[in-house]
Amino acid sequence: MTRMPRGLAWYAAVVLAALHLPVLVLALFSFNASRFAGRWTGFTTAWYSALWAREDLWAGLRLSLVVGVCSTAIAVVLGTLAALALGRARFRGRQTTEALLYLPLVTPEIVVGIATLLLFAAIGLELGVLTIVLAHAAFSLPFVITVVGARLAGMDRTLEEAALSLGADELTTFRRVTLPLLAPGIVAGALLAFTLSFDDVVITVFTSGIGTGTLPLVVYAMVRRTVEPTVNAISTLIVLVTTVLIVLADRASRERSL
Amino acid sequence: MSARRRLLRWFAARAPARAWALLTPTLLFLLVLYFVPVGLMGVYSVLERGTYGGVVWRVTGAAYAQFLDPLYLRILGRSIAMAAASTVISLLIGFPLAWAIARSGRWRRLLLFLVVLPFWTSFLVRTSALLFLLREDGPINAALLALGLIEAPLALLYTPGAVLLGLTYGYLPFAVLPIYASLEKLDPALLEAAEILGARPWARLRRVVVPLAMPGVVAGALLVFIPALGAFLTPDLMGGAKDLMIGNLVHNQFTSARNWPFGSAASTILTGLTLAGVLLYLRQREARDA
Amino acid sequence: MNGTASANEDTRCAVSSARHIHANPLHAVVHHRSLPGRHVHRMTDAPVVEFCGVEKRYAGSAVAAVAEVSFAVQRGEFFSLLGPSGCGKTTMLRLLAGFETPDRGSIRILGEDVTARRPYERPLAMVFQQYALFPHLDVRRNVAFGLEQRRLPAAEIDARVAKALELVRLDPAQFGTRKPAQLSGGQRQRVALARALVLEPPMLLLDEPLGALDLQLRKAMQTELKALNRQLGITFVYVTHDQEEALAMSDRIAVMNGGRLVQLGAPAEIYESPRTAFVAAFIGETNLLDGTVGELRGALREVHDAQYRIWCVPDRPFLREGAGVRVAVRPEWLDLCRPDAVPPGENALHGTVRDVIYLGETLHVVVDVGAAEPMRVALRNEGVLQNPFAWRIGDAAAVAWRPEDAEVLEG
Repeated sequence: MTRMPRGLAWYAAVVLAALHLPVLVLALFSFNASRFAGRWTGFTTAWYSALWAREDLWAGLRLSLVVGVCSTAIAVVLGTLAALALGRARFRGRQTTEALLYLPLVTPEIVVGIATLLLFAAIGLELGVLTIVLAHAAFSLPFVITVVGARLAGMDRTLEEAALSLGADELTTFRRVTLPLLAPGIVAGALLAFTLSFDDVVITVFTSGIGTGTLPLVVYAMVRRTVEPTVNAISTLIVLVTTVLIVLADRASRERSL
Repeated sequence: MSARRRLLRWFAARAPARAWALLTPTLLFLLVLYFVPVGLMGVYSVLERGTYGGVVWRVTGAAYAQFLDPLYLRILGRSIAMAAASTVISLLIGFPLAWAIARSGRWRRLLLFLVVLPFWTSFLVRTSALLFLLREDGPINAALLALGLIEAPLALLYTPGAVLLGLTYGYLPFAVLPIYASLEKLDPALLEAAEILGARPWARLRRVVVPLAMPGVVAGALLVFIPALGAFLTPDLMGGAKDLMIGNLVHNQFTSARNWPFGSAASTILTGLTLAGVLLYLRQREARDA
Repeated sequence: MNGTASANEDTRCAVSSARHIHANPLHAVVHHRSLPGRHVHRMTDAPVVEFCGVEKRYAGSAVAAVAEVSFAVQRGEFFSLLGPSGCGKTTMLRLLAGFETPDRGSIRILGEDVTARRPYERPLAMVFQQYALFPHLDVRRNVAFGLEQRRLPAAEIDARVAKALELVRLDPAQFGTRKPAQLSGGQRQRVALARALVLEPPMLLLDEPLGALDLQLRKAMQTELKALNRQLGITFVYVTHDQEEALAMSDRIAVMNGGRLVQLGAPAEIYESPRTAFVAAFIGETNLLDGTVGELRGALREVHDAQYRIWCVPDRPFLREGAGVRVAVRPEWLDLCRPDAVPPGENALHGTVRDVIYLGETLHVVVDVGAAEPMRVALRNEGVLQNPFAWRIGDAAAVAWRPEDAEVLEG
């Protein structure tokens, strides 16, 4: 099926270009010497250097990293456990449980955001790092379950049986066979969860207190204000980092095909 | 026999016990951080509004009644229309792209990567990039002015068109990937068989490709419609005051307007619509599999 | 010249006679060893495996996967479980290994009741159908896996691993550090074997291990496996759906169908004295004839078929006059003669040649004798080119056999 009509190839090229054009233009203009987006006056990295001094961006970055790592850790542990349960054990109500675990996926972010806010308000938990971490972990869970679950499904079950027949009990089999083979999927899930957490705006808006802002929140505030070339610079950096993470995740999940 | 062995034997004989032991932490976590909150939201939607925000524990249907105001009904209608429109456009643009990727041979990995990348890149950054392009003082206007095609900058932003563009641009990859997944499974021999039976390219597309890609198309439609319906960032950044969608409405109620019951009601309605869409999809998929 | 029956009785017992379609050299040895007398010295040892009334039913299934099966496996035996897909043979192996627990009945290994024990608590090793080599470990670590479990000293592990690899004829130096993905199917099979054998288990379970190999390789591995069984004295429990394989390799075969053990015996018994129509038809080819039991004539019983022809079978205690009976005759026990040249004392059904199938070594002649199914006669090919007496379609012929060459079926 590799014959592709010329028209279709051009179409694909145009659409893909259009898809990436805005970000590329943004990246380009982040080097624009002029404050004004309309004119190109010269190449400069001044806006990037200006980022260095922005304490609010640094604070945002620090918070984003902390939240990302913590929520990813929680999501990965809980998600892997759930994926193991769904993929390895036969039990009644499995399909219903699966559907329940995937519900957060199909719920609009805004709903998740305010619902979580209502919970924290009701139990009197002050909004801050903890609340953001918990909210992020909750919405990353289904993604981790999906990725790890896919890896688990692709794994040859007889490998575990072979280990059992060779004298390894269930826990040892998990440690010596299942876990090493599952690792690439877990890593991919972790990278995905981290990316989701790092980029999130809507849910974070509702679950962060006054003063605390993750990087996306700071950028969001910047974008809503007037034209600020540093916005372009920080946006470009974010895209760059995300791209690297996605490439790594892709590499990790394709490694050691089973 | 050691305790460990005894424990393992006990679990080995009981698949359900194993499953529940593994699932309990996760289920508990989601129970507290998802199910309870959403339930709480539903409850709040029938309570009375507190003076400084928050709720008063008296049951009333006032919040939902408030929703019957034509202003809010318009917002609801607009949201559904916007979501539907962006879904249709995404599918129309996305299908040929998915088809192209499926037939791209050695370029496939690269093309897929180019589609997957925006899927995971920060939605905020992508939207603000689009915003940047379309500004009155942005590159597009500057280029058009410089070329003499226009005399004054076009107001491309803060219009319904801008929101539609933003939604489509934002969610297009979500439509492409499931369609691609379906098309990838298409056996080329089917097309050859159709060709031998006398079908020309368009007929083959219409009678073989599209029907077989339907599961992917429907999945893609769902993956665009649901987030678009509850969109917040896009109308907020790219829409004007008259382009509010449900997401913005909800946001307002919890920030400036401080009307929690009403916000919860709007949110509950949004959730209901979303669930209806998902159930329709599942029902239809079941019918097809049967 | 036309494959007519030689008057000489000896050819019946001769191993490499024209009667055997499958001229597998291994057949010679196994056939010899599977004569009842040979087993006497083994029967006196306690059985290695005992299944007593074992039953296994999967949830939601009306039919039992394994229904009330009992048998014993002797020490050092090459024991095969043979049957079509879904007959329960794989379930039996899994029950023995411990991956499934029986709903009823008990399983004993070396005299101990292991029914409640997990696979890692049972004294056995297993070779899986798809080999199940750990992809993240190299060959040496794969083979060492079970030994590492037992916490043996590293030096001993290395030594035993090297020996096991040599036993399956893989050079440790060359293959030790390779990963399974870098090996061919045959090499992976050997590694799987080495991994099991390195543990020096009293018993080895093999789940259709040769299915994925091509024909040449499969035949070679059959020989090797049989040699290992004899050389090491390990009991082999072997699952296969290939009856040729089972006949070639086994000391005893357990034929299964629909979850039940249908017949258990040496290959010769299974082949030459099938108890039911299923066994007769599943192993090799057979011709089935139905009829009604008639009167006794000396040591023989008359049988009348639907076309009112009479042929004789050796009398059996359970034959009652007037009852229905079914008889199986192997194609190679049949003779094909000219209608007027039927040897005396043989049964004969007359008909017309419908087809002559050329198989190189043998000819299968399909003859329509007016029964429900045409009969197949297997003749040694004595050359059809330029042979004026070769059978042709349309020839009138008589299918003949000696009464004792037919097997009266019980089921």
